[in-house]
Amino acid sequence: MIEQVRHLTARMGKNNSPTIESYRDDGGYETAMKALAMEPEEVIEVVKASGLRGRGGAGFPTGLKWTFLPKEREKTYLCVNADESEPGTFKDRLILDFDPHLLLEGILITCHALKSDHAFIYIRGEFCRPYRRLRDAVREAYDAGLFGDNVMGTGRTLHCTIHRGGGAYICGEETALLNSIEGKKGQPRIKPPFPTNHGLFGKSTVINNVETLANVPLILRDGAEEFRKYGTEKSPGTRLFGVSGHVNRPGVYEFPHGIRLIDLIEDACGGVRDGNALKAVIPGGSSVPILTADEARELILCFDACMAAGTMLGSAGVIVMDETTCMVKALDRLTHFYGHESCGQCTPCREGSGWIAEIVSKIASGSGTPADLDKLVDLGRQISGNTICVFSDAVSMPVTSFTTKFRSEFEDHVNGGVCVAKKTTAATA
Amino acid sequence: MAATERKKTFRFSEKREKEIAALRGRYEYPQGLIMPLLWMAQYDEGWVSPEAMETIAEICETSPAWVYSLATFYTMFELERPIRYQIQVCHNLSCSLNGSESILAHLEKKLGIRAGEATEDGRFRLSAVECLASCGSGPMMQVNTEYYEQLTPEKIDALLEEFGRD
Ligand SMILES: Cc1cc2nc3c(=O)[nH]c(=O)nc-3n(C[C@H](O)[C@H](O)[C@H](O)COP(=O)(O)O)c2cc1C
Ligand code: SF4
Ligand code: FES
Repeated sequence: MIEQVRHLTARMGKNNSPTIESYRDDGGYETAMKALAMEPEEVIEVVKASGLRGRGGAGFPTGLKWTFLPKEREKTYLCVNADESEPGTFKDRLILDFDPHLLLEGILITCHALKSDHAFIYIRGEFCRPYRRLRDAVREAYDAGLFGDNVMGTGRTLHCTIHRGGGAYICGEETALLNSIEGKKGQPRIKPPFPTNHGLFGKSTVINNVETLANVPLILRDGAEEFRKYGTEKSPGTRLFGVSGHVNRPGVYEFPHGIRLIDLIEDACGGVRDGNALKAVIPGGSSVPILTADEARELILCFDACMAAGTMLGSAGVIVMDETTCMVKALDRLTHFYGHESCGQCTPCREGSGWIAEIVSKIASGSGTPADLDKLVDLGRQISGNTICVFSDAVSMPVTSFTTKFRSEFEDHVNGGVCVAKKTTAATA
Repeated sequence: MAATERKKTFRFSEKREKEIAALRGRYEYPQGLIMPLLWMAQYDEGWVSPEAMETIAEICETSPAWVYSLATFYTMFELERPIRYQIQVCHNLSCSLNGSESILAHLEKKLGIRAGEATEDGRFRLSAVECLASCGSGPMMQVNTEYYEQLTPEKIDALLEEFGRD
């Protein structure tokens, strides 16, 4: 049995865990006090030494990103990405709901490191309870003098503003998020310029994911070396894995990077439901390439091993499918989603994602032809690249991996419409 | 003086005015306030009326057309009329693997409407929506601000009863 390592989730399940009182009882904000007495550069050095990598999807080294801020700058913003909309991903919500002060302490320390006096938290519009909890936590923090014009008695200013999204997946892309805060349509910006130079309201801006920032107080409290005791050389620390689909015990689990996917499924999640055979796993949220059962059994959950296996750890949202799953129907769910969420700025993405959705839906309904399947495969390849953001890759990867690895099922659907899986769940024809 | 001749106007409450004043300093451009104000209007009235959009445009020093374009880009704003119960069933992959389609079908049958439609009395709108970040507890739906998870037809029946409908 693999044991969870509860660092980020240490306080989950306690009574009143979202309140400042409870947080302080557990030593909360003591680390911020310590960090605020350090030089900002020292704080960045500790985070760099920890090897912390972004938990939002791309896995970019956090400390390194922070050093991209130009030395001379007028103003610096921190934007917290709490948009959590990647299908299969449901871990940031846990922090927002049950330990919002952990995030706020991370913001406090990070803003000190970045010499920022204003953090925006961009929270997805559908999150109502998490919004209320976060809003209450921010109020408590203001009342306690942690935010405002005299942060922890240091005479420094730090404001924290929650900005609610309005239902658009693409706003999770960091530059679309900035546009959304500015009161524009959430459409990604052309890079360069990068946000560290020209971000929110044209000012220097760092964007980090909720889980990334929640790690910061723990790193400063325990030190970089302690953080590195968990996880692998290149993927240090623990990770919140959100497991969903056909497992007996779905949920969010905290484990060090480097565990085996199959142990997560079999041990932690009690295996595949109904004693069924494993068929496929998407290991990092809907946008990353799918794995066959054989590939899944070999997979180590860290950034590099996932890359080596031709997929990505992404947002660590693990979607498990058993033998009853129709892969055409499963892809249909995803392409339907992507077909609606392209922001429409780039022609290949706008046209391609809509077209792909139509073809997959046609094939799933049994009325597709072999020519449709060929077209789908072509479109899947053509859509990526030459676009403003990587949304187009997020469409391409599922399409290409599903149609390559489960080719025969797609062929069955276009050659007479026989579906291999015939049971009752929705993604099962 | 027939009521129809008077142009209806929308005003934020005094409490809201205070909140708005406090938020102003947080956004370098007044347009940044558009989304927060759309949310306030929707929260207070159950929808965002054309009059509210005009008022918001004025406060944010922009055109009503710009406010409208944002209110439509962001799909969560209700622009037609207030709806008492917004029922949103997630039909993305993880929920689908656990049977969201039969949940949606059950709701369609019970409410007598298809996904994407509202009941004539404006009490219920049913929609199939994308992942709501509750994938480990599917099938799930959101009704107004609350999540309902691990749904079964029985749970739905009980809820609808609670909402005043069989
Ligand atoms: C289409 C798209 C959607 C994204 N959605 C999210 C999201 O919901 N949450 C998130 O944290 N990052 C999301 N990202 C990644 C962000 O652009 C960005 O890399 C991340 O917030 C940086 O934070 P990190 O370095 O701490 O991971 C998305 C990226 C793309 C291209
Ligand atoms: S790739 Fe797609 S989502 Fe990204 S900017 Fe272009 S059209 Fe918008
Ligand atoms: S797939 Fe339904 S909540 Fe994520």
